[in-house]
Amino acid sequence: MASVESQRIAGVPGTQTRQLASWLDNSRIVGIAFLLPAVLYIVLLVGLPFIVAILFSVTDVTVGDTSLDFVGLKNFEAILSMEAFQYALANSFKFTIISQIGVIILANILSIILTQDFRGKWFVRFLLILPWATPISLGTIGWLWFFDSAFSPIDWILREVFGLLGPGTLLGPAKNIVWLGKPHLAQFAVIMVQIWRMTPLAAVILMAGLTSIPQDILDQAEVDGSRFFRTLFRVKLPLILPIMIIAVLFSTIFTFGDMTVVFILTRGGPVYYTQILPTWSFFVGIQGGSLAQGAAIALFLFPLLLAVAIIMLRMARRMEVN
Amino acid sequence: MKDVHSIRPRAALWTAIVFFVTFAASPFLCMILTTFKDSADLYRKANNPFFYNTPPTLEHLELLFNNTPYLRFISNSLIVGVAVVLITLLLAIPAAYALARLTGRWGERAGILIFLVYLVPPTLLFIPLFRMVVWLGLRNNLLALVLTYPTISVPFCTWLLMGFFKAIPRELEEAALVDGQHRIGAFLRVIMPLSLPGIISVIVFTFTLTLHEFIYAMTFISNSDQRTISVGVPTELVRGDVFYWQSLLAAAVIVAIPVGLVYNLFLNRLVQGFTMGAVKG
Repeated sequence: MASVESQRIAGVPGTQTRQLASWLDNSRIVGIAFLLPAVLYIVLLVGLPFIVAILFSVTDVTVGDTSLDFVGLKNFEAILSMEAFQYALANSFKFTIISQIGVIILANILSIILTQDFRGKWFVRFLLILPWATPISLGTIGWLWFFDSAFSPIDWILREVFGLLGPGTLLGPAKNIVWLGKPHLAQFAVIMVQIWRMTPLAAVILMAGLTSIPQDILDQAEVDGSRFFRTLFRVKLPLILPIMIIAVLFSTIFTFGDMTVVFILTRGGPVYYTQILPTWSFFVGIQGGSLAQGAAIALFLFPLLLAVAIIMLRMARRMEVN
Repeated sequence: MKDVHSIRPRAALWTAIVFFVTFAASPFLCMILTTFKDSADLYRKANNPFFYNTPPTLEHLELLFNNTPYLRFISNSLIVGVAVVLITLLLAIPAAYALARLTGRWGERAGILIFLVYLVPPTLLFIPLFRMVVWLGLRNNLLALVLTYPTISVPFCTWLLMGFFKAIPRELEEAALVDGQHRIGAFLRVIMPLSLPGIISVIVFTFTLTLHEFIYAMTFISNSDQRTISVGVPTELVRGDVFYWQSLLAAAVIVAIPVGLVYNLFLNRLVQGFTMGAVKG
């Protein structure tokens, strides 16, 4: 600090440096200059691609022929008439909604566990956070092994430990379940991996909410003779409801927009039974080469995302007021 | 809450802990176990998959490191990660400071808008971005990832840092300004050192994000030399229909454990970002 001061006094500043100095002191100009790079970057690489996506969806652009010829709503007509679309749209919602119900229930229990005191808590928290912290494509490989058609460890437990699988048993006669080869089980597998991955995130967000409840409110509940579950349902849960909504919204968006779990577990199969919008968009747009149709499919993600964004905005405003 | 310390609630607590830990961590435990399994042991249906029926072996780890591009995937991921962290810091720190201090009410609104960009999933934009990457001649080039990953990291990191900057008392800065410093000087000498924990969280978050990202890496890069871990492992370590399960699971768990450890250290700070500063984690 002192050196800057002495420099200023020692050297007689020229007009140019003085002007620069006055600019640097002007909050407004510095503010805009600081904000501009990030805003420009986001406009160029998020805003522009979004407009290009809409543009692509009404043209016939492909990987090979990149000229943009306007075709109106033809892509949407073509998509809507495809059998895979019904599955992709329905599954996207089905997988997201069912997994979010699982996430809410498990994350609430988990967050209560994590706010208790017990031995080895740091290590337990590390193990519990792993599914979210690990790159999802790598975590899903573990589940791919669990659901293997021949050597699935789950099948082994059912067969060798509980005797539920194999000839003459409850789930037999086949020796394997073949989880990913059967429509409903494959859907179950995808939903389970999504729950597995999202529960830790939702739980730690809820945990932050629980630990931020002022102690005097909890003390008051105790003085009033409130028991554990009563305190939980009457006092704690209502207080963390806004945080819970935030946790669920994040989890919803990450699940709805994710393609990795389905891509690695099933590639949308068997047939289209686990196809979702993101994976189908990839198969049509990149592997099939029809950028236009791929972009059109991805746009079906937008309405739900918009709805979530609006809820988020409202919540943010309410918190601002508080 | 005193009865929590009696025996029955303790038992209930530990039952719940065991259930959740089994659910969360069993895939990783199985990955570690399977890494060292002999093929003759692994591929026998009757054999216990959680036990070494024949002596464990290192041959699958050797295969992974010597005969697959795994190390190449790791170095590619590191290069992309470091570059994206640098770009994110350069863009997010000034933006967050501007939003926290220098702009008025509309700054707060702009902050929320930037945060909302974080909610745009890559699966919505990968096709137009793919076209832009091809147009820029960056296909099969790690630069394509370096260019696009900050779209995911900058919004969240700007938001996270904004909270840190706001928490620093204005008086400290004003004192520096009175001492004859410029805004930028005050920012560099007063604000930056104080928000170091926030900057470290941003580095951790951004780096793990680059390791996680799948769809851009899958779409923009198609030759195995330029693949990153998240795509390289599930696509390149499977030959046709043949899964080299031990090596594959080893490849996954070797990355998973260190990332999980680092993430656990910074968890509270990241949660602050997710809750939009509504609670202190």
